[in-house]
Amino acid sequence: MAVDAVEHRPKATSKVAAALKDALGTALLALGLAVPILALRTEQDMSNELVLQPRWTYVAIAVLAAFAARFLYLMAPRISFKRRSLSAPAGLGRVISGVLLVLLLLYPAIALALVGKAGAIKWIDNFGIQILIYVMLGWGLNIVVGLAGLLDLGYVAFYAVGAYAYALLATSDPVKEFMAAWLGPSFWPLWAFWICLPVAGLMAAFWGILLGFPVLRLRGDYLAIVTLAFGEIIRLVLINWVPVTGGYAGLSSIPRPSFFGLPFNASDEGFAAFFGLEFTPLYRTLFLFYLIVGLALLTNWVTLRLRRLPVGRAWEALREDEIACRSLGINTTNTKLTAFAIGAGFGGFAGSFFAARQGFISPESFTFMESAVVLSIVVLGGMGSQIGVAIAAFAMIGGTEILRELDWLKRIFGADFEPTQYRMLLFGLAMVLLMIWRPRGLVSFRAPSIFLRERRMVRSDMVKEGHG
Amino acid sequence: MEYFLQQLINGVTLGSIYGLIAIGYTMVFGIIGMVNFAHGDVFMVSTFIALIFLLVLTQTLGLGSLAVALFIVLILGMLLTSLWAWAIERLAYRPLRGSFRLAPLISAIGMSIFLSNLVQVTQGPRNKPVPSILGEVITLSGGDVYPVTLSYKQIMIMVVTAVLLFAFWYVVQRTALGRAQRACEQDRRMAALLGVDVDRTISLTFVMGAALAAVAGLMFMIYYGVVNFNDGFVPGVKAFTAAVLGGIGSLPGAVLGGLLIGLIETLWSAYFSIDYKDVATFSILAITLVFLPSGLLGKPDVEKV
Repeated sequence: MAVDAVEHRPKATSKVAAALKDALGTALLALGLAVPILALRTEQDMSNELVLQPRWTYVAIAVLAAFAARFLYLMAPRISFKRRSLSAPAGLGRVISGVLLVLLLLYPAIALALVGKAGAIKWIDNFGIQILIYVMLGWGLNIVVGLAGLLDLGYVAFYAVGAYAYALLATSDPVKEFMAAWLGPSFWPLWAFWICLPVAGLMAAFWGILLGFPVLRLRGDYLAIVTLAFGEIIRLVLINWVPVTGGYAGLSSIPRPSFFGLPFNASDEGFAAFFGLEFTPLYRTLFLFYLIVGLALLTNWVTLRLRRLPVGRAWEALREDEIACRSLGINTTNTKLTAFAIGAGFGGFAGSFFAARQGFISPESFTFMESAVVLSIVVLGGMGSQIGVAIAAFAMIGGTEILRELDWLKRIFGADFEPTQYRMLLFGLAMVLLMIWRPRGLVSFRAPSIFLRERRMVRSDMVKEGHG
Repeated sequence: MEYFLQQLINGVTLGSIYGLIAIGYTMVFGIIGMVNFAHGDVFMVSTFIALIFLLVLTQTLGLGSLAVALFIVLILGMLLTSLWAWAIERLAYRPLRGSFRLAPLISAIGMSIFLSNLVQVTQGPRNKPVPSILGEVITLSGGDVYPVTLSYKQIMIMVVTAVLLFAFWYVVQRTALGRAQRACEQDRRMAALLGVDVDRTISLTFVMGAALAAVAGLMFMIYYGVVNFNDGFVPGVKAFTAAVLGGIGSLPGAVLGGLLIGLIETLWSAYFSIDYKDVATFSILAITLVFLPSGLLGKPDVEKV
């Protein structure tokens, strides 16, 4: 026993010593990284010349944090995640999605009960609607990336096409005059959204085919880069084609959606007056919330149905092996183009909803960053998994939106501390860390669309990510 | 004619900068088959490192000689930018090696978002005007309307680029490290079996790419006289276009592509429309990938069943 103790002690101390040494190295690295960028801030002085402001305390904090984090990481007992058996209970996913759906539908009521009317508008709009737009975009892109295995980094282009299609149609004078002459002056402002929504979706789907056609031969990273280029070209055209798109200034006074002909305003014909309710802006927010819930669920439902059709199976087969697909007589051109078109169509729906919700759009909302965010939601959720995409959108968008609410941090770090400016910083870091933690996404099982006798869940690393 | 000549000079200067960045893309793609999305932002970080050290040397320490100051800035910038690239590779890419193909791409996009926002938070979102240096010009041809001029900074950019490209070419073609790199590029597993330290070679590839990006960063800062946290994305995509145009994986291709992109961009702005100059670059990217995926000097990719 005594011998054992003697033998073990040096081992324990050497482990601590090794960890300390390693952590010291990390701290030195952090020092090296932090020195110019963090230590000296360039500021313009009165005469517009740059001067340096030293901020060595920040560097000290960063170095200490790096040291502590690395040391704790090395000393922490390793938790080994055991690989669970292959078959997750198939009914579980259904139960979870059911519970989540009920929670989602009750969310406005919960928000109302917890924070009252004035607070609820903010929570429903900033969290509910904002997250659901990304859920819908994620599900739309999931068709292209997750099912068909086509890596698309320019998805925001279709979102932009949808938004601009709605905004331009709804505000264009010839259309307004034509509709006024035909159906009376009050028709178009009230029904513009409902008529333009399918038009915007079709328009985006058309652009999906148009941009999909030249890239049929490309695969993998090359496809990603070309779609990125297309997305940027569309954004640059939106910026520079000032007579039509308004350039940087964008388009404003876009008609808001009506409740099937009843506007959300204080007038006698308004929604509130019609139903004999007291007017409040809450109704519009509620309506928009349930509208995007409906649109997102439509996307989900269509995707789940399409997966069972021949075209959906062809998408998944294409993702697994393109050459095998071709040799079995699947028309890969049509398969790819339908994936692009349908994915883009849902992006267009989401875009026109976005334009209608904001009432104002500009190219600022359609940067490459949006494409990257949506793609990361799809990949982090687990490509091809519908519930995973929803969870990832909730975590990533909700997580960054919640930073807007952290005013109490100002009491700790002083009034200058602005949590919102760290939003995208933390977003990027979370993307990296989540990828390292779970490269195949958060949801590690996929439901197969076709199976023999028993519906067994498939582990996500058995699913290919596609070549093109 | 004078106007054209002037644009030619400007285009070659710009192209040198793109070429230097493009090498980082092309080498990393060649060795691990990954588009290093964060490379453009590493370049942006290097412009800030260069700016800060230049200010430290000229303002705080009051160094008189500009040439010495620039040289020190160049060396320090290369070192610290390499450190950044090394740390990024270690943290964000190495754990994902051998994982599925999309994972490093997403990780790289995350790193790119992280870097640009880190600089925005620590250095502020506004444009930073750089004190003007090396602004003197030599007049090459004395046309009254369009005198053709060559500024000292353009000369410096071209000369430094040429010298570094030669040094770099020497490293890749004539040293053990370069041999290891080319071996890893052909067959990573076989190279490992033959005793090449693959992880170290890949790290050094990132470091070399970042060092060249740091040179480009200093040049970019001097040439444009302004730096911004947002300057990583567009130059990054243009350099990537250059790498693709030249044939990704090919080093002379990256330089050739960089020069071509610089020339196209300058001539397009001069003769067509300055607003659409980025559209021109992106269109070239798309057209090259669709019609000539292996680029001008690249090897065609053989599809294996």
